[in-house]
Amino acid sequence: MEEQKTPKIPVWDLPDVPKGKLPPHLELQRTRVLCTSDAPTHTENIRYSGAYASMGVDNSLRLGHFRDNFRVEVITLTEDDMEFDMIGIDASLANAFRRILIAELPTMAIEKVLIANNTSVIQDEVLAHRLGLVPLKVDPRLFEYMSENDVPNEKNTIVFKLHSRCERGSSRIKVLSNELQWLPRGSEFTLSTEKPAVDPTSRPRTYTSFNCSQDSLPEFSNNPIGPKHDDIMIAKLGPGQEIELEAHAVKGMGKTHAKWSPVATAWYRMLPEVVLLQEIEGEKAEELVKKCPVKVFDIEDIGKGRKRATVARPRSCTLCRECIRGDDWDKHVALRRVKDHFIFTIESTGALHPEVLFTEAVKILEDKCERVITELS
Amino acid sequence: MGVKEEDSALLNDLQEQGLKIDKQSLAAPVKSAVDKFQLLPEFLKVRGLVKQHLDSFNYFLRTQIKKIVRANDLITSRVDPSIYLRYKDVRIGEPSIIIDGVTEKLTPHKCRLADLTYAAPIYVNIEYITGSHGSKTTQMKRDVIIGRMPIMLRSCCCVLYGKDEEELARCGECPLDPGGYFVIKGTEKVILIQEQLSKNRIIIDTDKKNCVQASVTSSTEATKSKTVIKMEKEKIYLYLNQFTSKVPIMMVMKAMGMESDQEVVQMIGRDPRYSELLLPSIEDCAKEAVYTQYQALEYLEQKVKKLPYSNALIEKEGRALGILRDIFLANIPVQQDNFRPKCIYVAVMLRRMMEAILNKDAMDDKDYAGNKRLELSGQLLSLLFEDLFKTMNDEARKTIDTILAKPSRSSRFDISQFIVKDSITVGLERTLSTGNWDVKRFRMHRKGMTQVVARLSYIGTLGHMTKVSPQFEKSRKVSGPRALQPSQWGMLCPCDTPEGEACGLVKNLALMTHVTTDEDEAPLVSLCYSLGVEDLELLSGEELHMPNSYLIILNGLILGKHRRPQRFANAMRKLRRAGKIGEFVSIFVNEKQRCVYIASDGGRVCRPLVIADKGVSRIKEHHMKELRDGVRTFDSFLKDGLIEYLDVNEENNALIALYEENAKEGTTHIEIEPFTILGVCAGLIPYPHHNQSPRNTYQCAMGKQAMGNIAYNELTRMDTLIYLLVYPQRPLLTTRTIELVGYDKLGAGQNATVAVMSYSGYDIEDAIVMNKSSLDRGFGRCIVMKKMAAISQKYENGTSDRIIRPQREGYEAERMQILDDDGLAAPGEIIRPHDIYINKESPTITRGPVTSPMGLPDSAYKPSRQTYKGPEGETAVVDRVSLCSDKNNNLCIKFMIRHTRRPEVGDKFSSRHGQKGVCGTIVQQEDLPFSERGICPDLIMNPHGFPSRMTVGKMIELLGSKAGVSSGRFHYGSAFGEPSGHADRVEAISETLVKHGFSYNGKDFIYSGITGEPLQAYIFMGPIYYQKLKHMVLDKMHARGSGPRVMITRQPTEGRSRNGGLRVGEMERDCLIAYGASMLIYERLMISSDPFEVQVCRKCGLLGYYNFKLKTANCSTCKNGDNISTMKLPYACKLLFQELQAMNIVPRLKLTEA
Repeated sequence: MEEQKTPKIPVWDLPDVPKGKLPPHLELQRTRVLCTSDAPTHTENIRYSGAYASMGVDNSLRLGHFRDNFRVEVITLTEDDMEFDMIGIDASLANAFRRILIAELPTMAIEKVLIANNTSVIQDEVLAHRLGLVPLKVDPRLFEYMSENDVPNEKNTIVFKLHSRCERGSSRIKVLSNELQWLPRGSEFTLSTEKPAVDPTSRPRTYTSFNCSQDSLPEFSNNPIGPKHDDIMIAKLGPGQEIELEAHAVKGMGKTHAKWSPVATAWYRMLPEVVLLQEIEGEKAEELVKKCPVKVFDIEDIGKGRKRATVARPRSCTLCRECIRGDDWDKHVALRRVKDHFIFTIESTGALHPEVLFTEAVKILEDKCERVITELS
Repeated sequence: MGVKEEDSALLNDLQEQGLKIDKQSLAAPVKSAVDKFQLLPEFLKVRGLVKQHLDSFNYFLRTQIKKIVRANDLITSRVDPSIYLRYKDVRIGEPSIIIDGVTEKLTPHKCRLADLTYAAPIYVNIEYITGSHGSKTTQMKRDVIIGRMPIMLRSCCCVLYGKDEEELARCGECPLDPGGYFVIKGTEKVILIQEQLSKNRIIIDTDKKNCVQASVTSSTEATKSKTVIKMEKEKIYLYLNQFTSKVPIMMVMKAMGMESDQEVVQMIGRDPRYSELLLPSIEDCAKEAVYTQYQALEYLEQKVKKLPYSNALIEKEGRALGILRDIFLANIPVQQDNFRPKCIYVAVMLRRMMEAILNKDAMDDKDYAGNKRLELSGQLLSLLFEDLFKTMNDEARKTIDTILAKPSRSSRFDISQFIVKDSITVGLERTLSTGNWDVKRFRMHRKGMTQVVARLSYIGTLGHMTKVSPQFEKSRKVSGPRALQPSQWGMLCPCDTPEGEACGLVKNLALMTHVTTDEDEAPLVSLCYSLGVEDLELLSGEELHMPNSYLIILNGLILGKHRRPQRFANAMRKLRRAGKIGEFVSIFVNEKQRCVYIASDGGRVCRPLVIADKGVSRIKEHHMKELRDGVRTFDSFLKDGLIEYLDVNEENNALIALYEENAKEGTTHIEIEPFTILGVCAGLIPYPHHNQSPRNTYQCAMGKQAMGNIAYNELTRMDTLIYLLVYPQRPLLTTRTIELVGYDKLGAGQNATVAVMSYSGYDIEDAIVMNKSSLDRGFGRCIVMKKMAAISQKYENGTSDRIIRPQREGYEAERMQILDDDGLAAPGEIIRPHDIYINKESPTITRGPVTSPMGLPDSAYKPSRQTYKGPEGETAVVDRVSLCSDKNNNLCIKFMIRHTRRPEVGDKFSSRHGQKGVCGTIVQQEDLPFSERGICPDLIMNPHGFPSRMTVGKMIELLGSKAGVSSGRFHYGSAFGEPSGHADRVEAISETLVKHGFSYNGKDFIYSGITGEPLQAYIFMGPIYYQKLKHMVLDKMHARGSGPRVMITRQPTEGRSRNGGLRVGEMERDCLIAYGASMLIYERLMISSDPFEVQVCRKCGLLGYYNFKLKTANCSTCKNGDNISTMKLPYACKLLFQELQAMNIVPRLKLTEA
């Protein structure tokens, strides 16, 4: 608003800037991303503490200030999705949460598939790949990572069985994820090196060495482990075809493979701010309202049959820039983004609830910070 | 001012137009654009994509083969002419094979798997004489097999003919497979379409010395010859192979009975300019004092080439006349020594030559598509069959003669026994599998006529079927034949041609092209005469070229003249549209040459067009409705005269409107759909008309290398190499061609979300940055399958290889882990390098007699196991194992080895716009930018790819696909499709984008994944269909330290497959010399290559040897060891010395102290 009415005034005639406060145009640059029709400008955060020192403004990060101003407002929360506002935080921090959510939060996913029989058209490794991508509904915090020389045990491995057969003479069937059957006692396949049991009482060694059944653990006793969705297509079987396999799920992180990512995706956007630079009235207002595909603008009656455009739903702006397209619409409307207000969305794959995911992410960031501090001290 | 004037002129124009339109709309019948697109699928349904091959082959099987047999139907003994064998009828049976005396029916897929030839027996009915000497009886025999004819898939004799999808699936065949190829010994072979200059037509052009010449390549069943008449130094000569030198043309005319010069001049035309041009030739003839036919023949007799061994006395008379009758212009028949038609033909040739001399425009263009003929499998096979059939009959006659010539014959003579059926079977099979057409009878030696069908991708297969290979060799540096000819419009694809040496020579057929087959001439001749053609015989020379009369020429044969050519042509065309004559007969009125050309020969390219009367399309909406309702078919359109086929020549008489809207008064035809000018490969490109043209050409080449699905039966095929995509998709932005050819069912690519931006610096030079999570989720994942084969051989002495149980314990057990108890690798096992996949043993003695060959002791066998030699560290899987018996009844075991690969840095990808690039780096998803909606790109492409390539089509594809995913509707981008609605307009796409909250220009507001802040530019982002090409790093990367060496030179081997070294070549060596890095050269060229220690005699300079027993060095020339020095030498150098010595050259070394 201010930058238009800057007539040429000698520097010394400029009014004194009140110390301790930034002039409006600088304040705008500092706090808003300006989305012009050709490119977004002022996207960067000014981090240098002395950036505005000449104007007596301290730009350093102050914990107290942050603590006072930081807010989280949950907008929607369902079992899988969450949208919340994170206000008063830096883009780098918001991004850190996003990155941690995608790549560093562990989940359980099928990593090893022991195929006993597969006569379907789908190749073994493709089948295994598909199984790996099936999201499992299990809290990964209850498990440990399995390192290279660990033996699979009840603490680090979940075993599923899948045995599906299409009888001869019947029509084709689909193998869905609900046929993945949890084996709380571990693998049922005996090791190939194992000799046929001499002693019938001793259990033959299998591919896992569980000390106890997983369903005896309190966490799983009423809450059997299984895929999050029951209708994920794994394979199709023709008459006479059969799949028999065992799938071993372990704990892992999204940066190793996308199957361990607990989120379908997690992202944020900055809060849109739509400003009418001038009063828009009459037909032009109607035109503006019609222009916007997501109905950001509304019409307000200001009496005497005159109509004025107002910004009704800035939050729904998708930045299609229709409202500043053509003629000199950009003189009337300004699209901006608030730099420290993030609309964060988490789409969970189902292992954990999104709000849990976020708190976990915060914990991980905390750990990282602590690690840095301990390394430094 | 200028502007104003223009404006007003424009206004006037507009007003005028407006008025005109008004008037027209009142007077003319109502025009409405009828959507004719539905014709296309209908056309392809009745025709298939490779109809040209099928038609040609069917014609051969149905007609041509009968003609050939009828023409050579009699074998008569020379010894006893009363003994004969006559072929009554010939037909082709069902594809089958005789195994152990039992006839077993074949399916193509069985042949592919079992390495058999898909062939059907050729049955003949014969009538022959049996008995000896006195008692001879005529006997008949039906269905005698004379050989086996390889059968083209989907032809009329193929088991797949007319089968529906389900039946095809039961045969193990892909319903989308076009057919049109043969299966020879298990490999699929296609006979390429050959392009040739048309036969039996006069072609006027210039030779190297710029002399005008008229040439005719005559081709009849009996003879093939080339006649050239050339104007040299103002005189006209005839060039014919049978004459030793050129012959003055007037001499020839006189020899053919045209003794009067005046008549010749009259025949050519009375225009004084023509006479003037002919005068020197006439004078020339007079100078030689040749005035009569007898004298002319005498003269020609001297010029006749003497045959090396001929009966000089008998041959002497009439040799020249014989040549003139049978070889000179062989396409003009001479009946009862009536040379008049031939004289007229020569006169017409001369006249055309003179026209060309006077007016350069009258010259013929050799590259003009109307002067070309396409030779297809049917024609080529008929040549081959004719030759083989004749050879077989000759052989039979010879054996009969030798037997009959024997004085005493005891047994009953049965002539039918002497038909040997193997020669035809073997001949056909060998020719088809090698591709070498060696037909001595027709002096035909052509190589590379067949190729193995490219099964890399479905599109590659289709493209291979439509490929037209050129007549001349590729090395010629002429631009003419390579250039795009305007007459190729609609017939040959303007985009699809290879780069490099074959550029422009190898072409591809367009989508709607049809190639004609031969049609009977006789009915056409009589029809012409009854339509008012004046017979040639009844015309004087003078009348021939009368004004207002046109010559009527049928397939290069002058029938006569007609006084009202246009009327004649119209009448003929009407008859054709009514279906009274063949639909592919072309009638072409050539105003310039004052001729009407009628063509019914095979090999002409033609295409269907909608007929319009005075600019109004004959196809109305109700026709299309009937088509949609299934009442009508494409053929009924043809039958009702709504559509007709035009060949390149007749197109010259037509005024073809692109769309119904731009049809004018004189418009005679309307295109069905403009995008049909493109071929199959170019049809995949969305918005090709927005691209720079070479980009479309590049894509045509790359589409054939893209991985995807190759056929529905891809998993049951046992090809040597198959590339498959794990999750192929159909493109979001399709074209009509894609739907027509079935690319949407057998796609070769994936829709990737592309962000056009620079990222990380690993995207220079067209490299692309890929998202690791996308790869994790299956993007670009592919399966490579390779075939390995093993044969359990049977030997002549009755012994045979054996496959035995693997050892489960002991030294070899580890390498035999994947073997089943039957000694073969089990399907599903992971196979690593050095693993044994077949535990085979061979007998030590394979020749000579052995006692009890079947029960040999174990000691008589030596292991001959086969091990898997793959790249180290790569784990592949045994996919399938198949057992079959090969031709020699050996057990043949085939293994398919499968390897699934995810994309890695260096793998090659390409969009559909000739924009290839390798994967530059793979980036974690969290590092990649994301949009306001959380969309993360699958790959990032550098914007520098756009300005110089100008692939605007790619940008529109991105917009269109983005609109497609947001609106849930496949968008279209057919070539030239905007006016007809087969391509979405950018404006409409933009509107859709805006409606779904995107910017109209496709650019999104993006956050950096690394800093989390917004990027300072809007990023052009959306889905683009990307193809993974078969070039993968894994197959190419190569490095070696020490390794195998070549035996003879002891230098490292060459090439990746032999684990060879990387050569320091001449140029690299030059660099090192210039740099002065002598020690490096020494090290590279000797130490690391082939160092060898030699003993050199300082005295004689020759190489000596080192005696290890006595520990002394010795010179074998000097017979002592006094002056021996030891030095290092490249082994190749030592080898050279010895080889030179073997050639009596003595290289001597002179040693000095260094």
